[in-house]
Amino acid sequence: MNSRIISGILVMLALPLTMSASLGGDATSVQMDQAKMQGTLRTTSRDSYTVHEIQASTGVAVKEYVSNAGKVFAVTWQGSFHPDLRQLLGAYFDQFSEAEKAQRTQRRGRGPLLIQQTGLVIQISGHMRSFLGKAYVPQLLPAGVHAEDIR
Amino acid sequence: MKSDRLQRLLSVGLAGTWAVMMGCGGGSSTITPTPPSTPTTPPSSGSNVQSITVNTGPTANYIDGAFTSVTVCVPGSTTSCQTIGGILVDTGSSGLRILSSALTISLPQQTGANGSAIVECLPFVDGITWGPVQTVDLTIAGEEAKSLPIQVIGSSSFPTIPGGCTSNGAPEDDLASLGANGILGVGNFAQDCGSACTESGGSNPGLYYSCPNSGCVVTTEALSNQVPNPVVLFATDNNGVIIELPSVTGAETSVSGSLIFGIGTQSNNGLGSATIYTIDPNIGNFTTVFNNISYGDASFLDSGSNAIYFLDANTTGLPICTDATYWYCPTSTQNLSATNQAFGGGATGSVNFVAGNADTLSANLNNGVANGLTGPNPGSFDWGLPFFFGRKVYTAVEGKNTPGGAGPYWAY
Repeated sequence: MNSRIISGILVMLALPLTMSASLGGDATSVQMDQAKMQGTLRTTSRDSYTVHEIQASTGVAVKEYVSNAGKVFAVTWQGSFHPDLRQLLGAYFDQFSEAEKAQRTQRRGRGPLLIQQTGLVIQISGHMRSFLGKAYVPQLLPAGVHAEDIR
Repeated sequence: MKSDRLQRLLSVGLAGTWAVMMGCGGGSSTITPTPPSTPTTPPSSGSNVQSITVNTGPTANYIDGAFTSVTVCVPGSTTSCQTIGGILVDTGSSGLRILSSALTISLPQQTGANGSAIVECLPFVDGITWGPVQTVDLTIAGEEAKSLPIQVIGSSSFPTIPGGCTSNGAPEDDLASLGANGILGVGNFAQDCGSACTESGGSNPGLYYSCPNSGCVVTTEALSNQVPNPVVLFATDNNGVIIELPSVTGAETSVSGSLIFGIGTQSNNGLGSATIYTIDPNIGNFTTVFNNISYGDASFLDSGSNAIYFLDANTTGLPICTDATYWYCPTSTQNLSATNQAFGGGATGSVNFVAGNADTLSANLNNGVANGLTGPNPGSFDWGLPFFFGRKVYTAVEGKNTPGGAGPYWAY
């Protein structure tokens, strides 16, 4: 029996149990996202963190920033469509959703999204067929890592 | 001169006849009266010219949105028609979308192969619109798009939004959250989704759903059934649009301008001395250079964004407003300059623009227009409506020929 198939089945079995998190989650959630997006994975290591790059089947490029302590402290995406933000933002999705609605009501018109809360920063910009996004939890950034490093 | 004037009178007369014809249908009603405007330049005229107004719109709260009206009829009918105002003109998207709450006529539902209703989930940057794909005969100025698929937003027939749709963002399904009675997407793309939605499997981005009684599931949608840029269905003048707006200084109540259909198809829509900027055919962007740093293949013109959104506070030196994270609030108005570059090289040209104090510019809620409204957009330039002030901006549709070459491109 092909071990790839077995591990694939195991990942699928594990999914409903550990759909816990992406942003703010631990490193295993990166594999969850990869499975969910049916994407390919590439990893780049820096001093205090590792960047996991997932190319989703829809062509959206997702990057998940994992600290050496094993926490996903930031995610970014770029593509013709949005990725599954519920999956990618995990426990922060509801907070994002509320903030998005609040900003739309507050701003006198339509435009890119810029959510700047103490515990969550989310920026989504672009237009039909071209979207860019970035989300991070300031408190989870490893020492010496700045918001500008997340791109 | 004489014949020019005659032609203009004839065009105005024709447009007037249209308005009367469309206005007298049994099901007609006008949703939003357009407030009086104060044009600073004579607007263009002709059967391909639709007037647009920048004002506070149907929410009475918008700033820097270009609104117009559309007349929609049940396909084939000349009596079941409705003229709806307060429709936002958006070069950043493609397709006509109308709030269910603004519609008083019943439209035929598009169905899929199994007879189930087709319902769309359309992602914008700040939320999604969910609702059925229905068909209209559209009339705007003297142009007609017959059997045009549109999205009806917030229909009570499909109240349950699938989780796969809300995972793109929160719904914009009423006037307050959409900011308009509808959106007229006249951007560079011929359809809202394109070829990705014709594919089955994991590569399908999930914009179109088939909705039998058992629940909605993602489905494939042929290009010809997708919600298109309405312009491509016009018999003529179908290769793009021009938005023409007067110059604006500071904040005003409202200004009027024109949405002109076609590029180089009539005597009133030639390219003239406009510079053509080709754009990335896949994602619809070009490059903007600011302070010698190039933001490659990430910038765009978007009449549907209500400010010039660009870069961030660190890069620009412009402080964010203390009460609004989405706008800049410099203490004094800043004169700035950037350079736009065509995708893949070619044309370049500098753009002078101003960044004023957004709090001051937007403080008077009666002012629906402001030049100098800017805000952050890390990593790129979103040239929103203030860019269009004092310009004629051409948006050419992908695959369509124009005297300046095939679209997609922008010219100004």
